[in-house]
Amino acid sequence: MQTTFPRLLLKHAAERTAAPAMREKEYGIWQALSWGQLAGMVQALACGLHQAGFRRGDHMVVVGANRPRLYATMLAAQSLGGIPIPLYQDAAATEYIFPINNAEVRFAFAEDQEQVDKLLEIRAQCPQLSPIYFDDPRGLRNYLEPGLTSLDVLLELGRAFALKQPDFFKTEIDKARPDDVAAMFFTSGTTGHPKGVVHTHDSLLDRARAGAEFDQLTAREEVLAYLPPAWIGQNIFSYAQWLACGYVVNCPESASTVTIDLKEVGPSYYFAPPRVFEGLLTSVMIRMEDASALKRRMFQYFMAVAQRVGPARMDGKPVGLLDRLLYALGNGLVYGPLRNNLGLSRVRVAYTAGEAIGPDLFRFYRSIGINLKQLYGSTETAVFVCLQPDHEARADTVGIPIHGVEIKVAENGEILVKSPGLLKEYYKNPEATAEALTSDGWYHTNDAGFIDAHGHLKIIDRVKDVGRLQGGAFDAAMFAPKYVENKLKFFPYIKEAVAYGDGREKVCVLINIDFDAVGNWAERRNLPYAGYTDLAQKPEVYQLIKDCVEKVNADLSKDELLAGSQISRFLILHKELDADDGELTRTNKVRRGFIADKYQPLVDALYGGKTEQFIETVVKFEDGRSGSVSATLRIEDAQTFTPLKAAA
Amino acid sequence: MTTTQANADRSAAGPSPGAKAPGTSEAQGVAAHGGSVVHGVTSVGAKKIGDVILDVKNISLAFGGVKALADISFDVREHEVRAIIGPNGAGKSSLLNCINGVYTPQHGTITFRGQTFGHMDSHQVATMGIARTFQNLALFKGMSVIDNIMTGRNLRMKSNLFLQALRIGPAEKEEMRHREFVEHIIDFLEIQPYRKTPVGQLPYGLQKRVDLGRALAMEPQVLLLDEPMAGMNLEEKQDMCRFVLDINDEYGTTVVLIEHDMGVVMDISDRVVVLDYGRKIGDGTPDDVRNNPEVISAYLGTSH
Repeated sequence: MQTTFPRLLLKHAAERTAAPAMREKEYGIWQALSWGQLAGMVQALACGLHQAGFRRGDHMVVVGANRPRLYATMLAAQSLGGIPIPLYQDAAATEYIFPINNAEVRFAFAEDQEQVDKLLEIRAQCPQLSPIYFDDPRGLRNYLEPGLTSLDVLLELGRAFALKQPDFFKTEIDKARPDDVAAMFFTSGTTGHPKGVVHTHDSLLDRARAGAEFDQLTAREEVLAYLPPAWIGQNIFSYAQWLACGYVVNCPESASTVTIDLKEVGPSYYFAPPRVFEGLLTSVMIRMEDASALKRRMFQYFMAVAQRVGPARMDGKPVGLLDRLLYALGNGLVYGPLRNNLGLSRVRVAYTAGEAIGPDLFRFYRSIGINLKQLYGSTETAVFVCLQPDHEARADTVGIPIHGVEIKVAENGEILVKSPGLLKEYYKNPEATAEALTSDGWYHTNDAGFIDAHGHLKIIDRVKDVGRLQGGAFDAAMFAPKYVENKLKFFPYIKEAVAYGDGREKVCVLINIDFDAVGNWAERRNLPYAGYTDLAQKPEVYQLIKDCVEKVNADLSKDELLAGSQISRFLILHKELDADDGELTRTNKVRRGFIADKYQPLVDALYGGKTEQFIETVVKFEDGRSGSVSATLRIEDAQTFTPLKAAA
Repeated sequence: MTTTQANADRSAAGPSPGAKAPGTSEAQGVAAHGGSVVHGVTSVGAKKIGDVILDVKNISLAFGGVKALADISFDVREHEVRAIIGPNGAGKSSLLNCINGVYTPQHGTITFRGQTFGHMDSHQVATMGIARTFQNLALFKGMSVIDNIMTGRNLRMKSNLFLQALRIGPAEKEEMRHREFVEHIIDFLEIQPYRKTPVGQLPYGLQKRVDLGRALAMEPQVLLLDEPMAGMNLEEKQDMCRFVLDINDEYGTTVVLIEHDMGVVMDISDRVVVLDYGRKIGDGTPDDVRNNPEVISAYLGTSH
């Protein structure tokens, strides 16, 4: 059954007119918008856009947080056969220039003054950009820039038009074919310009449905939309699957109230990248440390029970009677209240993806009875490629290929995917398209991995990043930087790590401490510090991190394949790696090559055997100003272990 | 709790829907939000400044032999941002205290909207639509943010104490109406995450914002701000500036503020009055004041 997003909207509006489609918390109250109201709003917006000159095939950029009116605008553009392009709302203005010019965008939707300012700022480079519609008028009252229009005005215009031509909306929607382009997503791009990934209604909806079928999602699900709409994952969860299943999407009040809103909504279908799960766990642990002795003891006892019993229980394995009783007691006293406090008591299916998740973290959530699973996919595959079935969730795999997906491992270890959800093309970039999507229909993921004995896919690293050491003790050993970095990042004290080693004689690492965790650790030890840079360079902190590094080495040495990736030397960076400084992508992945260039003296010092190195770095603030941070960084050696195999 | 009303067509009137907290949680906390002062300046040109709304004439105030204020006169026009500056002990807070009736001046008159008073009565001042915030905060530390701001609605609560205590009948309806107004303020000041947090647990900068919220809850025509930015870091100051300008711009509220930070004063005020040892030594636009030799000597000292 092939269809389009606007047709699904009409279907829900006809069949379930009064059922809530979206909720938004405003003025302290969750305000619901029914499917009927939503369809009316989309109709008005579509009519308004048509009058403003928006035509079939036109692109429209959408910048803002998750709001009903943002999604309605996307639906309106699609109703007219247009193509919405959501952009990251926290990106700097200059990052919008390329997508806007690449897709010859004229129409823009901006959430508020902050976004409008950014779009106006780049107008000189994007002169065609007009009109700009804004949702929230605050602070914009006296803006006189041409083409700047309130969404309310557009709605009024559209309503008047819809009264005169009531059939227009429906006729336009009927013109669209399921294989028409539905949306475009710009990938953050670790190198060069971002690429516009073109998806059709079919490709997005097919995957949305396959995922929904896999987890038996229904119209009764509740979802909290809190990640950037420009990220395809959020788009799948709060748009494609929303329209496919007809469940309720809840929009938080503001970015700072997400944890409160999560508790109030109690979603049944939840997605979060590992760092969100980690943040939630950290906040629990910090509060537990301040709890009364009795509560602490109870927590510790029952968490131990959960660690022992929980995973087996979640995997559907048999559990002894005594353990079952203890777990039930723990559920009443600890796990239940804890799930409730995290806002996860109604979660039926929770996913994490985007980064590797620490085994301890993963097990914690599963052991307290949250069905946390992993999935594998990317912007190019409309997310759903592999999913973990309910009883087979593991920390180190990403699940089995789901309905419609074929997977093959190429000779160089690269994962190749065939699926109905593959991208149509990269926009105006035939070379990149040909490279990623070969003529035999396989999409090249750039990920290196293999299928394990249970049929689960396991990812090691990006293909291009997997390298080999040259010279030294582990000559020609395989080096998977991401694998090493992730192992480091599983420690709460380490926020980011950047590993180098390809073509070198040993592995060296730049480390970012987690300011909250290490700061807390330092305070408990009465260790005074004057800020991030100071804390990072404390000898005690170096010792703390060194212990982590050596634990990773011990762990790596057990792995025949990756024993060579053990870390010889490391240093702790004086500033946090930041997307605003270009060191991370907008999805918080480290840009290894860029960092190597930017911190060239540090990398040289690591390999040159120095024990300290001075560095000065320019940092960019969110308002566009810049300053500089400088420090002399210590460099430490870490112990490496002989691979077990060789020793035996 | 859900309602299905008024989402499809929100009117543009009233405070803007869904104002978002600036995304400052990431980036090491040193990054400053890109909004604030600059935008306010763009909009100043469009605002209409009206007639004199508050006229202070020949005010003198002495505590025993100490002359806190000597023959001060100045006026405030409707919709303007009026700053009072001066070194420590110049009499700035005393002047505000005379205006809102905390102190009674020995000489002089205060005219508000055509009514002339020898001295002001605090309760009467509040009823007439003059609200203020305090230099050292005057909040109920153990009460939640919402409750603190609700106290600003006290004057507008009409139902009797008994009904209010039981929260029945008209009292309940009334409370809901006031709560809605307070929610608009919370949205405006972007303090949604702290609605139910006891004020005492909030950082200082946020407490200042709550203090401002409570003053706003009175729907004042004139807002007296006593050092709204004292003790704040740069980012908090920028946020506060934005709120002061937004209040002035969106609601047309006249703002009289005492401030030490010259950068802030020169950026956001329409006119400035300068006090020194209880005397007025300057009055005019920020540029006039900046170039006034007497002001320069009061602030920087001169060689004799």
